[in-house]
Amino acid sequence: MAGNREFFYRRLHSLLGVIPVGVFLIQHLVVNHFATRGEQAFNDAAHFMESLPFRIVLELFIIFIPLYFHAIYGVYIAFTSKNNVSQYGYFRNWMFYLQRISGIITLIFVTWHVWETRIQAALGEEVNFSMMADILANPFMVVFYIIGVVSTTFHFANGLWSFLVSWGITMSPRSQRISTYVTLAIFVALSYVGVAAILAFI
Amino acid sequence: MSETENITFIIKRQDDPESSSYEETFHVPYRQNMNVISALMEIRRNPVNANGEDTTPVYWDMGCLEEVCGACSMKINGKPRQSCTALVDQLEQPIRLEPMSTFPVMRDLAVDRSRMFDALKKVKAWVPIDGTHDLGPGPRMAENKRQWAYELSKCMTCGVCLEACPNVNSKSDFIGPAAISQVRLFNSHPTGAMNKNERLEALMGEGGLSECGNSQNCVQSCPKGIPLTTSIASMNRETALHSFKSFFGSDHEVN
Repeated sequence: MAGNREFFYRRLHSLLGVIPVGVFLIQHLVVNHFATRGEQAFNDAAHFMESLPFRIVLELFIIFIPLYFHAIYGVYIAFTSKNNVSQYGYFRNWMFYLQRISGIITLIFVTWHVWETRIQAALGEEVNFSMMADILANPFMVVFYIIGVVSTTFHFANGLWSFLVSWGITMSPRSQRISTYVTLAIFVALSYVGVAAILAFI
Repeated sequence: MSETENITFIIKRQDDPESSSYEETFHVPYRQNMNVISALMEIRRNPVNANGEDTTPVYWDMGCLEEVCGACSMKINGKPRQSCTALVDQLEQPIRLEPMSTFPVMRDLAVDRSRMFDALKKVKAWVPIDGTHDLGPGPRMAENKRQWAYELSKCMTCGVCLEACPNVNSKSDFIGPAAISQVRLFNSHPTGAMNKNERLEALMGEGGLSECGNSQNCVQSCPKGIPLTTSIASMNRETALHSFKSFFGSDHEVN
């Protein structure tokens, strides 16, 4: 791939957003959803996840390296565009704009969330139901978490749409329209899974 | 309409590539079926602004006057389009004219579209047929394919898609949608296809295809209705396959 690094990085960025980061996102939201079944169910699930063998390696290669490559390169992409939704208010142009906004919000949210949970766990705190309940006892944090989760699911769902275009899977306007509806449904479904879990801690 | 009715034009002007821009207002007597160019010609005939002061005639580019050359593109009431097919009767007044902002302004409404022509050179948007001897007739093209390719060949390098694209700007060297679609056109040509991979590799280079962010403003704005986003997605597929095939190095390039 010598000589066309940019092409390679852009495609890698697109791929990593779905695999593994997108897959991890779904898994994370699903595990969180145990909170709706009560404190014990959530704590058991969280304990199972954190006692997986090779945890650090899994976290590093499935989460942190791909996530932060995607995030940092994404910030670069976001800041090289010159948004023009006020002049060209087409649906896809709005999605293009929201994809960049939601990416920045998601990066801030995820970084804060990693600090509050994973880093604290590394410093000896226990990540469990009561930790999340403490965080979400603050109404400001509830709003922050809901915005963060919805922006993450939007970024993932809409990113899936552009993934399909960037890899040449959806080519025709019709297939792109159908994938708009499919990814919209994914956005709604994942947002429900995520927000229901947040509300379960309150 | 009465004979004395005037049309108001607010024109963003600039004296030379280095100087800063300013606005000037003009009143142009209305005539039936007027287009923006005929109004600009009227201003050129009588270069007096709305305050009654003598001024320099407004400069603009034009060629064919029938929306096939692409030279007279400018922003009319905020939308980039050709001034030859912009009919005054269909425009909200006052009519605002500005040069396209993605390209360097040469003077008044005329811009330098060199980056588009450079992009066409970069992606080799032509069919090489020159040889040291007569190569004979090339392969035939199926009629249905010719009809389909004709749609892509309508591109007149007018610059409207680059103007509408949020990723074509001073911070990026993106070649823009027009050149990407031309690769699809020339790669589908039976003789052009002989140099298919060279064009794909150019698209995979700096400022190439991957800079597209799928805002799809191009396809909404194209005055010729060219399926630009379909071309982009198609080239995404072609370059993806090409990069898979040559990922660990390969001799398939001679294809």
